[in-house]
Amino acid sequence: MLKITNLAVSYGAIEAIHGVSLEVHDGEIVSLIGANGAGKTTILRTISGLKKADKGEILFDGADLLKTEPSKIINLKLAHVPEGRHIFPQMTVEENLEMGAFTDGKDMAANMADVFERFSRLKERKKQLAGTLSGGEQQMLAVGRALMAKPKMILMDEPSMGLSPLLVKEIFSIIREVNKKGITILLVEQNAKMALSISNRAYVMETGKITMEGNAGEMLKDDRVKKAYLGQ
Amino acid sequence: MEKRFKVSYFLNFLGVLAVFFLFVLLFENNAFGRSTQYIKGISTTACYTIIMVASLNLVVGCMGEFSLGHAGFVSVGAYASAIVSNGLTGKGLPDIALFLVALLAGGIAAGLTGVLVGIPALRLRGDYLAIVTIAFAEIIRVLFCNLSITGGGKTMSGIIKLSNFYWSFWIMVVCITVMYMYVRSRFGRTVKAIREDYIAASASGINVTYYKVLTFTVAAFFAGIGGGVYAHYMTAMIPTNFNFMYSAELLSEVIIGGIGSITGSIIGASFLSSLPEMMRQFSQYRMLAYSVVLVLVMIFKPGGIFGAWEFSLIRVYERLTGRKGGWEKSRKKTEGGV
Repeated sequence: MLKITNLAVSYGAIEAIHGVSLEVHDGEIVSLIGANGAGKTTILRTISGLKKADKGEILFDGADLLKTEPSKIINLKLAHVPEGRHIFPQMTVEENLEMGAFTDGKDMAANMADVFERFSRLKERKKQLAGTLSGGEQQMLAVGRALMAKPKMILMDEPSMGLSPLLVKEIFSIIREVNKKGITILLVEQNAKMALSISNRAYVMETGKITMEGNAGEMLKDDRVKKAYLGQ
Repeated sequence: MEKRFKVSYFLNFLGVLAVFFLFVLLFENNAFGRSTQYIKGISTTACYTIIMVASLNLVVGCMGEFSLGHAGFVSVGAYASAIVSNGLTGKGLPDIALFLVALLAGGIAAGLTGVLVGIPALRLRGDYLAIVTIAFAEIIRVLFCNLSITGGGKTMSGIIKLSNFYWSFWIMVVCITVMYMYVRSRFGRTVKAIREDYIAASASGINVTYYKVLTFTVAAFFAGIGGGVYAHYMTAMIPTNFNFMYSAELLSEVIIGGIGSITGSIIGASFLSSLPEMMRQFSQYRMLAYSVVLVLVMIFKPGGIFGAWEFSLIRVYERLTGRKGGWEKSRKKTEGGV
């Protein structure tokens, strides 16, 4: 579904991503783990067109994303939940969700009903300003907004960031649930243990390169991963 | 919902009519004695200032970016409309048609300038954008000081006097209505989303630059119309009228009235355009008074007098009659529904 080949991205003169290749198949949850500054977020930002690539290729369902306008990428049904809960704080929960259906408002009412069914907390707070929601609710709203575009695939950037352990669990069960409905997920996480436990496959990144890849379950048991990311 | 919306527009229209006839009554009966003409003049000033301030509020309030060069657009509109009306006088057009054509020309000229400035400038945000807009207004000023068609630094005089209070009032009403509808439309909401969080906005598939340039252009268009009314009221102008202080004045009126509130712009603009007239004797201290008012507002009401609040007749009506459970409920209704 998503295929990245030999991607290189730089910030000014500094190359942050050195020839990364990865692949996400239909219906999978794939996680991309690694330390701070490894380039995980940069990859997601490049996929959704917020950052320009130097070279390489990103194909999504056969479409070349590097040649697609950022605002058109969502039309290909690829949604991005950005890092750090980017919601519209001065707009109501409902308006936030409406913005998610910005490019395609046809089935908005039905989609919104779906989202509200999945996140009953959001329904209760429909008319509340999004900035007044708790951290976990804001993250749910960000996921809900991405779902409003009826995506085939969602890019999730650090959904567990700044949430309590209980909420982290909840968010991850939401991710799994979303995936069960047939939406492919590429997950970027620092919380390697949680990410690996819900993923099918995983890639480990270090300073702009992929150093390991494989089955997520096996990786949980891998000594190098354990030592570097799981603190065991 | 739909019905409430229509009723609300109807009520607002009645309100505007009532205000208009109040003014007509006062002016036609010489209610202020000898100063009636003078007060009529100030009211006309207030009308075009309201257009300019409300248009700046689209940029500052709705889009959340500081523009310190709004006088540039006003000046483009003023000169363009003056040139057009000078060219068309004596061609047998009735005054009102001539006036409207001139204003439209002013608005379009300013709007086009808005596109030209907006495309490169709106890649910037915050302070950087503010600096670019200052530079733009200065360029316009210097350009108009050197072009022969604008009088080349001398006063451009002999512009036909077309702005009277009654026409200015209705032009102002139309401009405010269109701007209000823009803010409440899908476009307005998209621009607000960009203001709130531009990363989330572009992740939702919004073409950030496009909507910013669009809003900037709409704001420039109305600033140009305001400038046109100004030119045909003053009948003489000089490019240095539209200097940085003029932009700063417009901006302070937006801030005092309330960033994001068109009601605030209307009150702020009418108050501040009559303030210097009320203190004619010490007019050189006018800027001082502005600053004091600005400081006081910032201390006691940082969001401006009205904040983001909008006056709504239907809300008043519902509150008075006790229908739909009063203010709190109807507020939620309007927020969610439009």
